[in-house]
Amino acid sequence: MNAMAKRIHEADVLVIGGGATGSGVMRDLALRGITCLLIDRKDLNAGASGGNHGLLHSGGRYAAADAETAAECMREGEILKRLAPECIDDCGGVFVAVEGDDVDFAARFPEHCRVAGIPCEPLTAAEAREREPALPEGIIAAYAVPDATIDPFRVVLENVGHAERQNDSRYLPHTEVEAFEIVDGTVISAQCRDRRSGDPIEIRARQFINASGAWAEKVARLAGCKDVSLLYSKGTLLISNTRVTNGVVNRLRLPDDGDILVPGGTVSLLGTSSVTVEDPDGVAPTIPEVDRILAEGAAMLPVLNETRFVRAFSGVRPLLKSAGSEADGRKANRGFALFDHEDQGLTNFATVAGGKFTTFRLMAEKAGDLVAQRLGNAEPCKTNVEPLPSGDALRWTEPGAAARDWFKRSDPTDMILCECEMVARSAVDTILQDAPGAEDHMSLKAIALRSRIGKGACQGAFCSMRVTSYLYDRGVYDSPDGLRLMREFVQERYKGVRPVLWGAQMPQAELAEILHCGLAGMDLAADEDGGTGK
Amino acid sequence: MKRGTRRIETQLAVIGTGIAGFAASIFALQRGLDVAQFGHSGAMAYTTGYLDLLGVHDQRVRTDPWAALDDLRRDEPHHPMSGLGNQTIRTAFDGFTDALGEMGIGYTRAGERNLSGLLPNGIAKPTLSVPDTMLAGITALETGARTLVIDFDGLQGFSAKAFEVNFAERWPALRSARLTFPGMENRQVFPEVLARSLETRATQDALAEAIRPLLNGAEYVGLPAILGMHAPDAVLARMQEAIGVKLFEIPTIPPAVPGIRLRECFERAFPEMGAKLEPQLKVANVEFGVSGATLYLHGPMEDLQVEASAVLLATGRFLSGGLRSDQHRLSETLLDLPIRQPEGRQEWFRREYLDPRGHPVNRLGVEVDSTFRPIGPDGDPVHEKLFAAGAILAHQDWARQRCGAGLAIATAYSATEAATAALG
Repeated sequence: MNAMAKRIHEADVLVIGGGATGSGVMRDLALRGITCLLIDRKDLNAGASGGNHGLLHSGGRYAAADAETAAECMREGEILKRLAPECIDDCGGVFVAVEGDDVDFAARFPEHCRVAGIPCEPLTAAEAREREPALPEGIIAAYAVPDATIDPFRVVLENVGHAERQNDSRYLPHTEVEAFEIVDGTVISAQCRDRRSGDPIEIRARQFINASGAWAEKVARLAGCKDVSLLYSKGTLLISNTRVTNGVVNRLRLPDDGDILVPGGTVSLLGTSSVTVEDPDGVAPTIPEVDRILAEGAAMLPVLNETRFVRAFSGVRPLLKSAGSEADGRKANRGFALFDHEDQGLTNFATVAGGKFTTFRLMAEKAGDLVAQRLGNAEPCKTNVEPLPSGDALRWTEPGAAARDWFKRSDPTDMILCECEMVARSAVDTILQDAPGAEDHMSLKAIALRSRIGKGACQGAFCSMRVTSYLYDRGVYDSPDGLRLMREFVQERYKGVRPVLWGAQMPQAELAEILHCGLAGMDLAADEDGGTGK
Repeated sequence: MKRGTRRIETQLAVIGTGIAGFAASIFALQRGLDVAQFGHSGAMAYTTGYLDLLGVHDQRVRTDPWAALDDLRRDEPHHPMSGLGNQTIRTAFDGFTDALGEMGIGYTRAGERNLSGLLPNGIAKPTLSVPDTMLAGITALETGARTLVIDFDGLQGFSAKAFEVNFAERWPALRSARLTFPGMENRQVFPEVLARSLETRATQDALAEAIRPLLNGAEYVGLPAILGMHAPDAVLARMQEAIGVKLFEIPTIPPAVPGIRLRECFERAFPEMGAKLEPQLKVANVEFGVSGATLYLHGPMEDLQVEASAVLLATGRFLSGGLRSDQHRLSETLLDLPIRQPEGRQEWFRREYLDPRGHPVNRLGVEVDSTFRPIGPDGDPVHEKLFAAGAILAHQDWARQRCGAGLAIATAYSATEAATAALG
């Protein structure tokens, strides 16, 4: 085996970071006729793009503190609602203040919204409860705003899928930049490594875009740029077993823990905490965070005390540093910035950082404008007019979508692999065939990222084993490596499951362990190879 | 319509219908007690069918369970099996498997060494006693015999290919094949349905006929566990004869046939043996009086009130409803027996799922004295005639230690012994 055989790729543009921004840049450029290679050190949405509540902000949450960001959210939200309706549930949102909340803050809310251009309709307590029956009696103020929800996985998959259909643009997962080759102020290539095989990869391009989110400062430094300075703000969210409210419910106060509940198909997401962390790597939800979020959330929606939560997860917001933001991430600017790095002596490298999921398209547009101009491409941005198409292999991330599809097909030979989320073989087949990254080796984890597998009440106890069996049957797995990947998958899921293990999830956890250890011997297998999964 | 209440009396009320509950009833009947058993749990369908005694100790797979038990007594003196001698445990284990044999499900007797029980992913686990229908697979693995493993179209979670690929290095003469189960084309199939179908001679012959052309010199054939529900040993013998090679079953993911067989076997045999069995009734409340306990149950048609001289609690853990928790506290569901509460929820589970030390919550449960009577914080029995057995007991981690059946059977044996003595 020639371990040193270096793979070489070439493209017009290398986009680093497979989140909303990076995939958005890829699509933006592909629509201008520019060929991109998109890489991620893990897989799509591994960072903040997959670690958020999927709230398509009306901007109401930022209206009081940051009118500019609020207005930007409002404008971008409307564009996405128009162009990507398949990815969006335009469910509306309410802001409510309960007894004990600041009455003056609540009273000023409509004016803040007016300034930011956000429609804001006052509701009586009775009207608010009619919209959201789960709201408590003691509401002191309520307003309706045009919040919506967006499926962040679907959007990113569609971005990549659409770009790949435009031209030779491609996506490479598990590819990490280790160094840049720079000659006279021009980046010639990115020296990368395949994180699974350890093989070196060289990527040559004319332009390089750093859209690596919370890792943007680190990647910029690899190119010698010291102008990107980020604050890492960890946010934790809880996922319930069922949908708790019809629309988004926000606490009408300055942002704090546990004050947004966002529906996501058949589930709801409660959050978000904000804790400044030193390093964007290795964050996981903690039990004290979960308890605090739940206590805060229950003050707004008492029903949350009886709600079954199946998992928690954390993301790291990449915030642009600004005065006073070191101590409190919530005070940091939620806006974004495009660094052309020319003052750092580079002519073909740029970083787009900060921002919000809601504004990813605009971030991508600005980065796309810069790259197009640098390449002498005069095509304008099209993502503000061109609808985001709906790919057949990409529609499995929405809770409830797989079940609807399966019932509609009513094919007796199409077996359900994941019973909690009703994900059938046919769904896995389309993902294996057509989803971004499909040409690569698809693992259980990669399929789970592109579907709802492992995300229901059993949290992978059964489906991890069923899907693994199926992947062996299909020949996707042909060695004991498939069992190692299954073990890694359940170990990873557990990190989010542990903080919400109580009540109805205790029997699930016990059953999962009986299956994973008693029937699949995962604890003993981990022993054999030192438990490192290597 | 007025809802009636039926009243019954018994010497020993066994609450719980898992291995521990059924073992307790068997031993109590053998000791001449009048027994009534209640439960509502379907957790039996989660077993592989293997009866483990002690397969892992000190985070290592052990081949000699009896020596491992000696080490367990030294290292974990509070483990529920640690207070029992090896001879007692062996007597209990053999007593249980013998009883199963008499009821129609043959099991191997406890030997000196653990066996390597086959698992569906192509790995093996240490276990002590296996159903006769699974024994040939253990021999085939040990001898590396030419073996064909078969799975079926539409059967989920059991891949003969995965079995072959993962055993390949250790068992190069292993091959896999896929068949359509006779009469079940183009549909999802479930082990339980296949097992009931294989009770008919016509299906047995059709399946044997489908298998024969695939043999290609194989000396053994492995199938998922589907060889009949009520007389698996007879189905095995018939099929072996029809195919002409040795046949064995491999456990499947639940709900799985080996556990359903046990449950149905008990439900069929117990009334004949003289036990009152209500396997679908949950005990709602227990009150202790001077002479024993009163159990209250709510059936679909009528209520049931049971006057019992003694009570044996074998209600299992969270999955079976013996224990429960809220966000902050663990509790025992029926009598609110004291459970040691760790510092907080962060002490329940470890950070790493597969941490070889296991999760602390698994070792929490009902504390008992040397005669398996639940005790209060002061160390005194909660009630003179209340006993507990099985997975609800504290200081064990049966899933990680591979001691589930051993724990259930041995503690049921000793708890019924103590109950018999207490009933004079």
